[in-house]
Formats: sequence, structure tokens, C-alpha cells
Amino acid sequence: MVAHAVLQDVTKVYPGAGHRGSVEALGQVNLTLSMGEFFSIVGPSGCGKSTLLEIVAGLQSATSGTFTFEGQPVDGKVPDGIGVVFQEDASFPWLTVRDNIAFGLRRQGVPREEVARRVDYALGLMGLREFASAYPAQLSGGMRQRVCIARTLVLEPRLILLDEPFGALDQQTRLLMGDELLKLWRETGATVLLITHALDEAAMLSDRIGVMSARPGCFLEIVETGWPADRDSRIVERPELARITGRLWTRLREESLKAMSEDRVTS
Amino acid sequence: MRIVWIRMGVIAATVLAVEALCQSGIIDPFTMIPPSEMIAELVSMLVSGEHHDDIALTLTNVGIALVLAVTVGFAAGAILFVMPRVRRVVDPLLASYYAIPIFVFYPLFIVLFGLNRYPQIMIGFLLAVVAMIINTLNGFDRVPRVLLKTARVHRLGRMRTISLIILPYATLYIFTGLKLAVAYSFIGVIAAEFILSGDGMGYEINFAYNNFDNQTMYPLILLILIIATVINMGLYTWEKWFRQRQTER
Repeated sequence: MVAHAVLQDVTKVYPGAGHRGSVEALGQVNLTLSMGEFFSIVGPSGCGKSTLLEIVAGLQSATSGTFTFEGQPVDGKVPDGIGVVFQEDASFPWLTVRDNIAFGLRRQGVPREEVARRVDYALGLMGLREFASAYPAQLSGGMRQRVCIARTLVLEPRLILLDEPFGALDQQTRLLMGDELLKLWRETGATVLLITHALDEAAMLSDRIGVMSARPGCFLEIVETGWPADRDSRIVERPELARITGRLWTRLREESLKAMSEDRVTS
Repeated sequence: MRIVWIRMGVIAATVLAVEALCQSGIIDPFTMIPPSEMIAELVSMLVSGEHHDDIALTLTNVGIALVLAVTVGFAAGAILFVMPRVRRVVDPLLASYYAIPIFVFYPLFIVLFGLNRYPQIMIGFLLAVVAMIINTLNGFDRVPRVLLKTARVHRLGRMRTISLIILPYATLYIFTGLKLAVAYSFIGVIAAEFILSGDGMGYEINFAYNNFDNQTMYPLILLILIIATVINMGLYTWEKWFRQRQTER
């Protein structure tokens, strides 16, 4: 397997302000993502998952350590080839679905016919063709998230970062969105880094799952699922899924309790 | 739709009741002329062109005050947004601005500019500009962080982030500022004409009032009401069109 993205001894400390002391968000994180793999991160709330994703996206700088993407160091600047889907609705309310999806392509100066072709493809893949002329306000939360995924997808990123993209959706929609994500992953061949708090979601979708500790977050264990590439949500019937989810929870239970008691102390 | 009809019905019933009270003499003609006469007088006034100069002057003054307030207010809002330190200094002043009766400065402006249109434009402008500043800032403040992160992911520079993300998102809030600026410019200019002036609609209404000339005063009041209503309805329709696409979240 070819190394696509490498985090080496990455730490993140937020400096204190006023009477608040500094916060150590990430301990020492080491991770190598292989080309085309689906990697998920699970961890207790506040363990630095999103911070880690923002460092990988180039939206934040690491305090120490390095992150390299395709051999090039990334430091506080979003590199070419990385696409990000956030948990919050990031669709542009003043643009139609079609214009939302075409946004990045137009900024890159892609020829008009090529924009139309790629947007049509994304609309079809995400099941949004009938809603091309609708505005986000006219769509459900799940559909808006699909618009955001499509907007990222048309730019053909080689590394897709997803920060709890289905966090606001109901369980059934999540399962179906998971299927779509797997389909998209297979079709594009991109490397996927997914952050989620749903253990079953991580267990169902991923090739490997990184279990993070309570703050300062670092990887406690990397779990390999061993699923075939052509998997979909029907694997919920398989006993291995429960075994993987169980293993994740065994690892996480102590950490979640730790995170909860820390929350109580600070609040 | 039903609500609209009920609303129209209430207005029509009120007008008819006033008409009946005037016609029957319960309200005497020195106090108020019947609405039907107001309309007839207004039509003949507009046809004769008797007050065209005053109407044109007032509307131009309101227009100048409004355009100045909207451009200066928007620019000042944008500058304060990118300069948070200056904003912290100015914030209390903006918050308490409308506690000051701006009209106390009217004599000062007359001394400065002379008794012409400029003191009135100044009052209209000063009343409207801060509403525009406050709403511009509010619009910029409300842009969700995730959209700014999205701008960075798309590697947009500062100027493109402003023009492609911040401005389109803030438009609806800035629009509220525009609506208030329209109302305040009207109030400022017409009230200033009332207080001290030699021409304009406010002056004519005041002059007619002092001379018991109800046949001029009421039609002019009616005209101001019609103009204000038409402008507001236009803005309301425009805003509704915006909102349909962009619901508040």
C-alpha cells in the first residue's frame, strides 16, 4: 500500500487566555493513511477529533510534528486535492443546488461544458437530479448534506475528509447515506478520513478505525475490519459487525467516562 | 389570502366610518375634511401641478439622504467589521445612538449650511445611517463559521470570501437596514421641513395647517401616506422574494 497522507508526532496545544490555562487538545498522533483506504476515527467527545481533521485539512497548524499529503508538508494552508465535508450545513442558501455544486469548479476556471458535465454526474450520483433548481432552504437536512458532499466530490479530491457529516441525521437516513458514501468511495478511488461518534457507522463503513483517547487525544488502537470493498449497509446483519462495534466500545468506555468526569469538573 | 382581505376590509371600514362622521357633521370640516374630498383635492392638486416643485424637492432630498445613508452606512459597517478594536470603541455609541434626539442639531446645521436643503438632508442622513451600520454589522456577524471554513477549503482569498460568501449571506440582514433607512430618511427630511424651511412637502403641510387650509393639508398628508405605503410594499415584495430562497437559520 502506498502512503497517501502521514501524520508524524502531531500535537496541538491551544494557548490560554486570561485566567484560562492552555488546553492540550492532541497528544502525540501518528497515522499513515494508505492510498484509497477508508479510515474512520472514533473517540469520546472533546478528544480532539475535529482538531485533527482541521490540521489534516490545512485549516489549522499543528503545534509540533508534521503532516504530509502526497509527500508535501501541509501547514495551515488547504492543499490541492483535499475536500472537506463538515457536520454543519455548509450549503450556500443563496445558490441553487446546481450552482452550489458548481461553485468550486467555477472558481477554478473549469470550462463551462466540463462544469455542466461534472455537475450532472454528481447530481445523478447523489440522487439530486430532480432538485437541481431548488434552493437549500427547500430541501431536508439530509439532502443539504448531499449537496455539500456533491460540491466536494465534483472537485475530484484525492483525500476526502468528513467531520461527522451525518451527525444531524436520523438513523435510517444515516445508513442510506453511508451506502452512498461507500459507492462514492469506490467510484472515485479517493482516500477517505471520516470522523464519527457513531461506533456502528465506523464499523460498517471503514477499512480501519482509529480509537482515540480522552483529551489530549491520541490513538489507543487501530482496528482493522476486514470488510470487502463492495460492502454496503446490509452488513448490519453480519455478526462480525457487532463484534467490531463491541470491541470499539470496550476500548472507548473508560475514555468516555474520563471525558465525562472532566467535563463535569470544568463546567 | 384571507388575512389580506380581512386587512383590506378593516382599512375600508375605517375610511368609510371617517367619511360618514365627516359627512354627518360629527367631525366638523375645520377639523377634518371627508376622505372622498381629500382624494378629489389630491387629484386636482396633482393635475394642476400646484405643488409639484415641493413634492419633487422633498422626494429628491429623501433620495439623497437615503443614498448617502446606505452607502456610508454600509461602508462604515464593513470597516468596523474588519477592525474589531475600533468596533469595540464605537459599539456603545452605536447602541445608544437612537436615544439622542437628532433634531436638536437642526439649528446647528442651519447655521452651518444655511436655510436650504442641506440641513434637512443631513437630518435624514443622520437618522438613517446608523440603522444601516448596525444591520450591516449584524449581517456580517451572522455568517456561519462553517461557511468561512468552506471558503478556505475552496482556497478563496480575502476579497473573494467577502464578495462570494459574506456579502451574499448578509444581504437579507443588510436589507433590513435598507428598509429602516428608507423610513428614517422620510421622517428626518419631512420633519425638518416642518420645523423650519421655506419649501418642501413638510413645509407646505405646516403652512396649510397654520392657515386652516384643510383642502391643502389633508391631500398632502394623504400623498405622503401613499408614497410611503407604495415604497414599503415594493421593499416588502422584494424582501419576500429573497426570503423564499433564503430562510433564516
